[in-house]
Formats: sequence, C-alpha cells, structure tokens
Amino acid sequence: MKPFTSHEGQVVPLDRVDVDTDQIIPKQFLKRIERTGYGQFLFHDWRRKEDGTPDPTFCLNRKKFKNGSILVAGKNFGCGSSREHAPWALIDHGFRVVISSSFADIFKTNCYENGLLPVELPENQTARLLTLAEEHKAFKVTVDLVAKKISDRQGWEEDFEIDPFVRDSLMEGLDRISHTMSLEEHIKNYENQLFL
Amino acid sequence: MLDKIWDRHTVHTQIDRPDLIYIDLHLLHEVTSPQAFEGLRIAKRHVRRPDLTFATVDHNLPTTDRSLPIHDDLARNQIAALQKNARDFGITLYDVDSEKQGIVHVIGPELGLTQPGMTIVCGDSHTSTHGAFGALAFGIGTSQVEHVLATQCLPMDKPKSMQIKLSGKLSKGVTAKDVILGIISRIGVDGGSGHVIEYTGETIKAFSMEERMTICNMSIEAGARAGMISPDATTISYLMNKIPLEDIEDVKSLTDSWLDLASDKECQFDSVIEIDARSLEPCVTWGTNPEMSIPITESIPNPEKATSQEAKQAMQRALSYMDLQPGVPIQNISIDRVFIGSCTNSRLSDLQAAAAILKGNKVNENVKAMVVPGSTAVKKEAEELGLDKIFVDAGFEWRESGCSMCLGMNPDILNPGERCASTSNRNFEGRQGKGGRTHLVSPETAAGAAIAGHFVDAREWID
Ligand code: SF4
Repeated sequence: MKPFTSHEGQVVPLDRVDVDTDQIIPKQFLKRIERTGYGQFLFHDWRRKEDGTPDPTFCLNRKKFKNGSILVAGKNFGCGSSREHAPWALIDHGFRVVISSSFADIFKTNCYENGLLPVELPENQTARLLTLAEEHKAFKVTVDLVAKKISDRQGWEEDFEIDPFVRDSLMEGLDRISHTMSLEEHIKNYENQLFL
Repeated sequence: MLDKIWDRHTVHTQIDRPDLIYIDLHLLHEVTSPQAFEGLRIAKRHVRRPDLTFATVDHNLPTTDRSLPIHDDLARNQIAALQKNARDFGITLYDVDSEKQGIVHVIGPELGLTQPGMTIVCGDSHTSTHGAFGALAFGIGTSQVEHVLATQCLPMDKPKSMQIKLSGKLSKGVTAKDVILGIISRIGVDGGSGHVIEYTGETIKAFSMEERMTICNMSIEAGARAGMISPDATTISYLMNKIPLEDIEDVKSLTDSWLDLASDKECQFDSVIEIDARSLEPCVTWGTNPEMSIPITESIPNPEKATSQEAKQAMQRALSYMDLQPGVPIQNISIDRVFIGSCTNSRLSDLQAAAAILKGNKVNENVKAMVVPGSTAVKKEAEELGLDKIFVDAGFEWRESGCSMCLGMNPDILNPGERCASTSNRNFEGRQGKGGRTHLVSPETAAGAAIAGHFVDAREWID
C-alpha cells in the first residue's frame, strides 16, 4: 500500500447524494479475480448515455477534470454492497482522496485498507467545494494527513477528523495483517482459553 | 447484548488502537474472495482456522439446469477459483452440486452454523442477516476477508448501539419486509450509520426466525454495521432442529448461555427509536434507494414537497430514472416482471406466503415471473410441499437456488426499461440490470402484483 502523507490535486465534483457501490462499479465487472484494472469501469453506467456512447456532461468525461485526483460528492457516499472493487476502481482511475459529508461504514474501511483517503467535511464545506470545482478552471486543494488539514491556494483551511490508528497506518502504508500477526501470542492465548 | 458479545471476543486492547476481535465464523462466496486468497499466496500465509471457515457459490451461478456448463467465462473462472482455493486451503465448500448449496446468508442459519453470541463475518454486506440469532454479524471487504483468513481476527472499533423498539401488533397482511421498509423510510438510508441496531419490542418477539432474518438482513440498507435481536425461546426452538445435539454435552447450559446474552432492561443504548407497529402498512418502494417507499394505499410523492434542495434533486432523479409521475396512485403502476428470491425473502415461509396467494390464480399475461429459492434445501422442502406446482401452474418459472436477479450477475436480469416487483433488498439504479426499474416489496405483494399485472393491496387475498 502506497503511504499517504499529503496530496495536492484537482477537485472533481460529483453532485449526487447516496452514491452507492453499484454505481461506483456495476456488478458485471466483479467477475474478475484481480485487484487491478477496474478504473475503466468506474461509474460505468453514469458515464454512458442510453445508447452506450459517452455522456459528455458527466464529470469524469469532461476534459476539464481529466487530471483530477480528489473526488467530492454528496452525503452517504459508498453505501450498498461491501465490494472492495469500489475503492479499487477509484484508485485505479487515479483518485487518492474522496470528500463527502458522510461515508458508509464498510466503504470507509475498504478505503483505509487500500490507501484511499476518505475525508469527512461539514455539508456546507462540501457544497462549497462542489461549486468552486465547477467555477475554476482547475480548482486544487491540498489534503495534509499529517496536520489533518485541507486547504486551498486562496488561504481557505479546514481541519478534519480521522481515527489515530487509521492515520498512522495510512501514513506508514502499514500492512494491517502483519500488524495483527505481531499479536500472535494474544490470539493463541485467547484460543487456548476458548477451545481447551 | 453488543457489549457482552464484544467483551467475550476481545483478544487484545490498546489505547488509541482498535480492539482486536476474534471471529467465530467466516463465510465465503465466489465474488469477494479470489483476491483475498491471492493475497495469502503472495505473502505465503495459510488459513489460520479452516475449521471455522465455510464457502458456497451463490452470486454468479445460473439458476437454470445445473448439469450444463456455465457459458459466462468469467463467472466460470470465479467459481473454479473458489473450488481450487477451498481445496488448497482445506476449507469446506458447499459446491454447485451440493445439497447444502445456497445463498450464503440462507445456508448459515439453515445448517446450524449461525448461533447466538457468535461473531460472524462474510465478504458481503447482508451478513447482518445472521444477527437475527443474537450474533454480531457484519459484512467486510476483500482485504478484511484476507485478514480473517490469515489471523481469524479483525482490528475494529466498537460501533455505537441503537435500539429500535417496535410495539403493538401488526395489522393483518403486514409482513416483516413491510416493517423493515417502514423503518428505513423513517430513519433513512444512513440513519443507522456507525451503529449496530438491536430490534426489540413485542412485535419483534412475535416474529418467527425467518421473519427476524428478513428484518436484520436489511439493517445495512439503513446504513447500520449490523442488526441484532436478542435470543429467546423462538431462537432456541429453531436451533434445536438445526444443530447436531448429540455432539453437545450439556444442552441446557448451552441454551442458558444463549438466553444470558439477551439485552436486559437496564441496557443503555446510544440512541433509541420507537415505532408503533400498528401504523405500518404493506410497502412498495418507488425510487432508487430503499428509503424511498410508500404504503400500498398511497401515491407517488411530489419532489416539490421535499424538505431540502438536495432531497428534492435526489427525488427528481429517482422519479426520472423510474419513469414515474408524482401524484399517481402506486396501485396504478403496471409491471413487467416479478422476482421472488434473494437473502431477504427466499426462505420456505416466504415461498409459502406467496404460494398461498397464487394458488388457483394465474400470472397476468403481460408479466414474466420467476421464483428462486434461497437454497437447494429450501427448494427441496418446497417441492415436497408441492409449492413448485402452485408456482408453475400460476405461470411462474421455478428455478435452482442462488442470488439470481437480486443483483443480476448471472443471466437473470431485467431488460432496460422493464419494471419489476422484487422481494430483494436493493432498488439502486441498474441493480437488476442496466436501465431496469426495481420496486421492493414483500412476497405477498409480489404475488398479488404478478396476478394483477400492477401493484395491488395483497391483503385483499389474505384470509
Ligand atoms: S441475494 Fe442479493 S443481497 Fe443477498 S447475498 Fe445474494 S446478491 Fe447479496
């Protein structure tokens, strides 16, 4: 997992609430047995019109947002299925941060596991970012995980909360399984108590 | 109850670190596991407790003749990968041709694997179903599947607890599905976020285990981490028929320990919601998430009356996707398809409820209807009771078990524009097939709609 300390990138606005994982990556693309290569299927159905041609109005298809790496969306992002293919697709497409006023629990954990940073901001702030991303030619923000701050070049700055363990793991790019395995003695003790 | 289960499973605690929680039962299916096994291989790790790990195939599997080869290469590969992984790592697999095959959340309880007080995980969000037994059961992603395979543990922060108390007797013809849809429409698709919901109250007590599973199943649709119901006499009598009693030394102390888990009166919850069950009616969803539902007696809501701009936009989007007009009575909406199945409503009692309405009736000529039993065992039991005949005589297709059109990963999908009355749990855009329009309902309402060709108040058929 790629460590995450600070990232500056262009903001891509997805002005929708309750974005579910069936939209992030539709099920027909879950049949592969790899972790990579899902970026091309990100928001597959929303990127296309009914006849299958690209919908030029959808944010990911707009030239202006081609190099964006920070996605901003409405509340309750990532609800629905537990598919980890959702963060895999976002990362594969080039996103490093997703900003929303709230995330679904399983989705959030799946992001942490893969080094994608979900940032929760108050609703008026996400709304502001959605507007600025539209207005500017290339609106950029910096997400600083060390300082737990998000800022833009015009001097706006906002703190965000993140669980201390999650923050440490993301900053180190920690392999969580190795971490648990280092507690092997405790696991053994627990099992002995339980199964003897 | 959450506290008791949590404490009993805490392997290790550290300040500013999540608790390390031991997992008693790990269920696997073909779609979310291949990358986890691949990860194990790359890191040269083994499965710590293959004896606590069980796998089945359900998501991809065709529901037509199982003796024929699977046409879809990718689906076939994924199933073959699970077969190989189960073999290589010594895990029990209820395979395509097994009598014990079925939707993972249907077979867990059916085989007696799911028991009170357990911690249960599966790479599938509807793992919340198993909470009906007083277990802490939740869905996880593929990295966590790998984590549990390797260590049988998960680092986790304890979720908050929410009590949803249902009092009063349900009126005739209002089902568990209507209750959970009613709850979600009140608290919203993110109302349970960060919480484990415990359902309590006389309405819940009166429910059978299968009805309780329907309730807990859709907890995730309210954004909750899990749903649970305290074990009681109903739980025990269900399990006494499922677990091998001869292997248990002291049955009484086992069942007592289950009853001990139940939340007591003094139990503190982080939040409490009370709902009068008498106010609930059969429900139909009209929109593109499970919160967007109305009683069968009402009309499509008007976005102009939404409480916020955001809500208004979401409603407008949903209505346009669903091709519906505000103000139209839901009973005027005609349908093209009916799907009875999924881990929410595909157990024997669901099929019995639908069959009771279908008996002696015919599916409307404009409707294509199918029923997909939740497991091979449910299918067999239903056939012994002659339910298959009732469905087939009415004009339904009678299929092999699996997830089927709940998510349409196998060939069972809606065509663009088709409108479906479905007993599944998600009405997201394209969930049952690109451009398909899903209305979530109970098996009774689905059966009624199949006969009428449009939504109807199925209570008219229930005697
Ligand atoms: S029936 Fe549907 S919701 Fe249940 S496990 Fe299968 S795909 Fe998931």
